[in-house]
Parts: sequence; C-alpha cells; structure tokens
Amino acid sequence: MSDLTDLTIAGAREGLRQKDFSAREIAQAHLDAIEAGNAALNAYILPAPEQALAMAQAADERLAKGEARPLEGIPLGIKDLFCTQGLRSTACSRILGNFSPTYESTVSQNLWDAGAVLLGKLNCDEFAMGSSNETSCFGPVINPWRREGSNAPLVPGGSSGGSASAVSARLCLGATATDTGGSIRQPAALTGTVGLKPTYGRCSRWGIVAFASSLDQAGPITRSVRDAAIMLGVMASHDPKDTTSVDAPVPDYEAVLGQGVKGLKVGIPKEYRMEGMPEEIEKLWQQGIAWLTEAGAEIRDVSLPHTKYALPAYYIVAPAEASSNLARYDGVRYGLRVPGGDVTEQYENTRSEGFGPEVKRRVLIGTYVLSAGYYDAYYLKAQKVRTLIKRDFEQVFEDVDVLLTPTTPGPAFAIGEKSGDPIEMYLNDIFTVTANMSGLPGISVPAGLSAEGTPLGLQLIGKAFDEEALFQVGEVIEEAAGTLPQPQDWWSAP
Amino acid sequence: MADATPADLISGATGDWETVIGLEVHAQVVSKSKLFSGAATAFGAEPNSQVSLVDAAMPGMLPVINAECIAQAVRTGLGLKAQINLESVFDRKNYFYPDLPQGYQISQFSRPIVGEGEVVVDLEDGGSVTVGIERLHLEQDAGKSLHDQHPDFSYVDLNRSGVALMEIVSKPDIRSADQAKAYVTKLRSILRYLGTCDGNMEQGSLRADVNVSVRKPRGELGTRCEIKNVNSIRTIGLAVDYEARRQIDIIEDGGAIHQETRLFDPDTGATRAMRSKEEARDYRYFPDPDLLPLVLTQDYVDDLAAHLPELPDRKHARFMADYSLAAYDADVLVADKEAADFFEAVAGGLDAKAAANWVINEVMGRINKEGMAFSDIPVSAEANKAILQMTADGTISGKIAKDVLDIAWKEGGDPRAIVEQRGLEQVSDSGEIEKVVDEIIAANPKQVEQVKGKPKTLGWFVGQVMQATGGKANPKSVNQILRKKLEL
Repeated sequence: MSDLTDLTIAGAREGLRQKDFSAREIAQAHLDAIEAGNAALNAYILPAPEQALAMAQAADERLAKGEARPLEGIPLGIKDLFCTQGLRSTACSRILGNFSPTYESTVSQNLWDAGAVLLGKLNCDEFAMGSSNETSCFGPVINPWRREGSNAPLVPGGSSGGSASAVSARLCLGATATDTGGSIRQPAALTGTVGLKPTYGRCSRWGIVAFASSLDQAGPITRSVRDAAIMLGVMASHDPKDTTSVDAPVPDYEAVLGQGVKGLKVGIPKEYRMEGMPEEIEKLWQQGIAWLTEAGAEIRDVSLPHTKYALPAYYIVAPAEASSNLARYDGVRYGLRVPGGDVTEQYENTRSEGFGPEVKRRVLIGTYVLSAGYYDAYYLKAQKVRTLIKRDFEQVFEDVDVLLTPTTPGPAFAIGEKSGDPIEMYLNDIFTVTANMSGLPGISVPAGLSAEGTPLGLQLIGKAFDEEALFQVGEVIEEAAGTLPQPQDWWSAP
Repeated sequence: MADATPADLISGATGDWETVIGLEVHAQVVSKSKLFSGAATAFGAEPNSQVSLVDAAMPGMLPVINAECIAQAVRTGLGLKAQINLESVFDRKNYFYPDLPQGYQISQFSRPIVGEGEVVVDLEDGGSVTVGIERLHLEQDAGKSLHDQHPDFSYVDLNRSGVALMEIVSKPDIRSADQAKAYVTKLRSILRYLGTCDGNMEQGSLRADVNVSVRKPRGELGTRCEIKNVNSIRTIGLAVDYEARRQIDIIEDGGAIHQETRLFDPDTGATRAMRSKEEARDYRYFPDPDLLPLVLTQDYVDDLAAHLPELPDRKHARFMADYSLAAYDADVLVADKEAADFFEAVAGGLDAKAAANWVINEVMGRINKEGMAFSDIPVSAEANKAILQMTADGTISGKIAKDVLDIAWKEGGDPRAIVEQRGLEQVSDSGEIEKVVDEIIAANPKQVEQVKGKPKTLGWFVGQVMQATGGKANPKSVNQILRKKLEL
C-alpha cells in the first residue's frame, strides 16, 4: 500500500470518495511510513497513531454516508507550534516541558472540522527561530534529499523543517507550518515541496505559540500547488478570537487553477539580484521568467528600492516582539520550572535551562532594541523601514499582478554547515522576509535541481489577499517544471 | 497652574512653602468581564476562579478588546469634559513578576484613549478649584501575590489579572492635602454618577499614586516624589502632609530631594523610599502587535455623550434652582448619587427644604452612624415620604416622626400602620389636653408658684404634658392652653 503515501491531497480526496481505499488504510499507510522512516528523519516529535486511527474511522463513517467534508480522511502533520488539545505542544522548546493544552488552535480545529486526520506533531526550530531546524530541543530534522554521491545529512530548512521533511518524504499528505520570516517557503524550497505563506490576517493566530505577532502567519506545505489551495481554503477563516484576523470571505482557491497566466503581468524586482548570488539561482530565475513568458504572461522589470533594509529591519522587529512574547515562559504556571532561592533566581534558572542559545540570542537582541535610549534608533527606525517596504510593494502592485523571485539564495546545506554563524544563517531569509514585513502572501514552488541534485524553489509574491494569483501562476511554473525527481528512500528501515 | 491661597501654605524655618500635587488615580472599570478576556470581574470570588486562558497567558492566547470597557472609558472622558481620541494605541509595558502572567501589562503609553479635561473641585470653605486632567488611559490590572499562605512559597491569585483599569492622571494643579482629598472625592463622585467605577477604595477599586513636591510660593517647581498605591481619601491627606513636611525639612537642612518612588505606611504615618529614579525599571514600551489601533467614530462618541447621566455639577445647580435648596444642602446631597436620588424620591410634592433636612439629618445621619451603604437602607424612600407627609398634615409631630423612623428602621413596617397601631397620632383636641394640664397644675403647686415669677420655666410644664401624652400632644396647643390656665 506504499503508493497511498505517494498521493496528492487532491488524488486522495478523489480516491476516498470513489472508495478506492479507506481513510483508515491511508492513515495506516502513513503511520507505517512514519514508523519506518521517522527515526532517520526526526520529522515527527510526537506521532499520534491512536488519534489518527480514531479520526480515520470517523472519516470512513462519514464517507460511507456520503457526508464527506472537504478534507475527509486526509492525513496531515501538525507543526508543534500549533496547540493541540490533550496532545503535548512544546514549540520544540524545553521550557514548555510536557505542556498539554486544554484547547485547540483555530487553524488545526478548522482542519479537523473539515474531516482531516491528525498523524502527529512535527519538529521545528525552537519557537520557530531558525532557518535549518537545528535549534529544536528534539534535535535536528534531516532533509530526505541528499547531494548526489553523498550521504552527508542536509538540513530541511526551517523553521518548519519537520513539516517540509515529512511532506517531502511521504510521511504525510500535507502539513501545517508557520512563517515569520520565511519559515514555510524556505524549507519548502529546500525539500522540493510547495509552501504558502498567506496574507497576514488570512489565518487565525489563536492557539499558535507566538514568535513575532505582527509577522507570524500559518500556511500549508504540500506536494502540489492544488493541494496548497485545498488546504488554505480550510485553514483560512475569520476568527473573533484573533483581532488581527481579517473578516473577508475565503474564496474557492481551486477555482482559479487551470486558468493560465495569459495577460497577467509579472514583475521582476531588480533588487533581488544580489551580489554574490550563485549562478544556478540566477539561471533558475531566468528559467522561470522564460516559462511564464511562454505561457503568455507579460514580464516587467520593477524596483523595490528598500529591499536591502528588509533583513536588518526584520532582525530588529522580530526579536523585539519575541522578547516580549516569550516573557510568559517564566516557570510559574506551566512548563519547565527550575527552582531558585527567590523568584528572580527561579526565573533565571528556568529560562537559562529552558531556552536554547538561538532563542536566548533573539531575546537579548529584542530586549536591547526596545530598551530606553535604543528604541528610537532601532525599533522605531525598523518600523519606518517596514512602512517604506510596504510602500514599495504598493507602488509596484499598481503595475503588476505578481512578483517572481528566487525563494532562497542557495540549496539545502549540511547539518552544522551554517549553525556556527548566525549572520550567515539569517541570510537564508533574504528573499522571504519582505513578504512578512509587508504582510503580503508568498508561495515557493519547486522549479528545478541545483548542481548538487537538490531542490530549488521559485517564489511568487502577490497582492494582499490575492492568494489566488499565487496559485494561478504557481501552477503554471509547476507544470512547466514538469515532473521533478523525488528523493530516493534511504530513510525507511526495512 | 493655580497659586496656593495663604491658608494652603506650610510655614517652615525659612518662610512659607507651597505644596504642588498631581494624582494618578487607578479606577477599576465597572464591567462584567475583563479588558481583554471574557472572565468575570466580581470581587471576593475564590482564588483563581475567574481566570481565562488569556488571563493566565497560556501559549498562543490573544487579547480581544472588551467593547464595554471602551465605552466606559469614553463615558468617563466625557464626564471629565475631556478630549476623546478617536484613534488610540495599546502598548506593552514589559516587566517580570509572578502576578503578571504575560510578562507585560497591556496599557496605553503614547496614545491614550482620552486626552485633556478638567474637574471642578468644591472645597470645604465653599470655594472651588479647577484641576486639569492630563489624560486617561486603559490598562490591565495585575493578579495578586499571596505571601502568607505557605512558609516557603508565595501563591498567586489571578482573579484580578486582566481586569480593566482607567488611569486618570491630573495635572499638578493641586496645592494642599485638603484639595487632594476634595479632588479624589469629586472624581469618585463623578465616576459613580457615570457608573464607570464603583469607587470602592476598601476593595481596591480606586487607588491613587500621589506626586508631591514643594517650592517657595510661585517659585520654580521642586523635585517630586511619587507615593504609590494610597488607598483611602484620609490616607491621601496624611501622606501629602507628611511628605511635604519631610521635603521641606530636608531642603531647609541644606539637603536636596531626589526623585524616587515612596510608600506610605498607615501604621507609622510616614512615607519610606521604595526605589530611586536610577533604579526605575525600563519597561520597554512598544505597541502591542496583537491589537490593532483602536479607532472610534465621532458618531459612537456622540451617542455615548447623548446618553450620559446627569453629573454632580449639573445636579447641584438643578437642586438649587428647582428645589430652592441652600448650596450647602445641595452639596451634601449631590456628593453621593444615591443620597441625591433618595432625596428626589422623597421630596416630590413636599416642602423640599424640610425633605432635604430630613434626608440629611435623619436618614444620612443614621446611615453614617451605622456605617452602612445607601443601598442597604432598611426604610425606603416611599416610607420616608409617608412619614414626612404625616408630619406635614399634622397627623404626627416632628418628634414622633423621628420615633416612627426609628421603629421602622429597627423593626420594619409601614410608617402609617405603625402610627395607627401604636396610636401615635398627634393630639390637637384641646379638651383632652386641657384635662391633662389641669391635672398637672393641680399636682404641682410649687412649680405653679415659681412660673408666675419666672415665665421661662413654662418649659417644665410643657415637658410634663408631653410626657403624660406620650409625646402625642400638639406642642402648639399645649403652649396655648398652659399660658391660658397659668394666666401668663
């Protein structure tokens, strides 16, 4: 039954309705794949076979009655940043210990209400802070892809490395992820999967462990553009419990698929042509331009002049918010508590042991940039940069429908290769942070392989709440790229 | 900024000093649920029984503004004749404390919901001063640390965590302890009229941080000290007086005042240092990214303004105009909204002056003596009105009226029934009174002799008659008959 794990969400949906197989069978096939492969990949930190089979059973009953909901019986993995009721939720940080929420995040609840089946909780960088999934307290996630002729373990990207690795390695049909500076799109690019960061406010943040509130947004990682459209249609909702979520109807995202790009205007921002950018990235970009031109799109060179300030400004705003958001992890009410002689010592002991080095670094940066005497020079200035970046996009989107850029400056790197140098690690987000700073939607679509034989992705950035254009154009790139090779299964134990 | 009157000045070794005071009053908003969560706000509940996931700062929880708290803040702003800011921003004030679950308090720093306004404060001497309001902002209350429950640990009660507070900041327009007390009294009265804060200082619904500095009259402003969390009007006065004297003594001894936060100890009557300016926390304020800026429409504000209740100043003017009350009586009644409402319920159709005297002396007198709240009064306004009606139409005497109130107060019952059942009707029948007078004159020849030379001792006879009639005799008739019979 291993072919059940090769299905797309759209394919599984069809097969389940046709009774080609049952929800229980497809859930079991994935549980078997997790059982066989997770030890090597470390994508799941908490498989949930009992819940999976119970939910699959319920889905089969619905399917039998002809009452299937949009995701009935579709097995999914959930990033550990999402709180799941009665199921340990840790954001992959020691400080949350064995925290088991009494509540379910709005996004995951939307999925269960649509009939989806929970396979388990997925690894990620600690509090979603990282670009390689090496900061998780559960250890790094391994990319199912390897360089040609090498067995060296590669990172899957981050922070949604567990989601990307699991989707790529067929340990689920799709996964939830979150993106604060590129945490959906970058790992998608590095694992040959599709990753969509919706417009800020499209998905509720309620019940998702907060990293940087003004930037965080949930989205799907899938194996096709259509699957991303299907998942977003369910994940997105207006939520009165999150006042930054937007009260706008959720369109039928699948409806735009197949429409092509004839007459659409695609902008190519010249500032994304970075000095020292590898030639293969430039080539991939040109390839993307050629595909869209052939498909009838109109290509326009555009300028986003403040792009170069986006990354430094991001690394002020995000840590500032994080330093405040993470203050609640104090050992008083839940999670880890390391006692001390007095309350201050208890804070110090708890937070020293509970947080990993990258989280501590960002809490320190954030505390610094918000402190008296530095606020204006750092936080306030970064907010002004953010306004300028937004304005850049607004002006450009008067003339074009979407922007095409590379997703990352390079392919997957080896475990340990960049973890010693935070700046080099932060540079992974150079093409993705702008969408978070401006609140705009972005998608990464697999577009080819690097010289090392590992995946590369192209990014599309759209107008606010125009995810439809991303699916429409993304599908054209997906088709033009053709069937890309899949990673060889080296991870499954016999 | 106003100057102090000579009476407000404090004399020191080097001459007179002027006290400059500004207050930050924290007023708990009257609302069923908290500022950013649906948890209840009732006082005195079991510890940690009114705590939502948001109040406990569970992972992934988000604040949602409670519209009623916003309306209450706007109403208060309107009551303070203040600027309502149609756009305001909630900020995070970051600090660690176990009773602050989020690790930050959601407050308003640079853009509060209400801007400048004013309060006219009535003084004991009949004058008034206008105290400027700098701003009013909304913020979350913290929980409560309990240090006396266990020898080794502290406990935390989060029932108050997230309850909405209004911080009302005055300008430094106050010049004496008495003015400070009068300001808080007036502010509390306005809040109670508006129904936006119950003003209950014992329960902590209203507390003040008091900023005090001293200067030579009309001189340069001095360095101020802030006295935190003063929780009664009396204590505010004591704290100001102590602190002003402390500062004057230091300066006159050649010392200097250092800006610091102090605490007032009600047991010693003194203030003591809590932390200096150098130790002041860096709260790292920044706009809360979980909350969009709060935007109100002018229509919304206008609608709240149109439905604002009558406030003390206007009621005072109306009582003087419509009921012809003296300013003092109007002051006393208006100071407490419940007293004012009670008075109006009693006074209709009666002599207003008599009704005011009755409410102030008899009703409020008893309430104050027993230390009860107006809402707990055992004799209703209607019952009081009945007593006054019986007095007005001569059914009972003024003295009996007080007795009837006493009986109704202690034992309950309808005043008219009490009068009827106990036969307390006033006796005006001269035949009956004459009979009693004759008996008394006959029984007291000595006193009869005496009164001829000393007519002032007539009062003794009046007393005897009243005693004999159980107080029911009409005093006027008694006097007339006595004078006639005694030939005075």
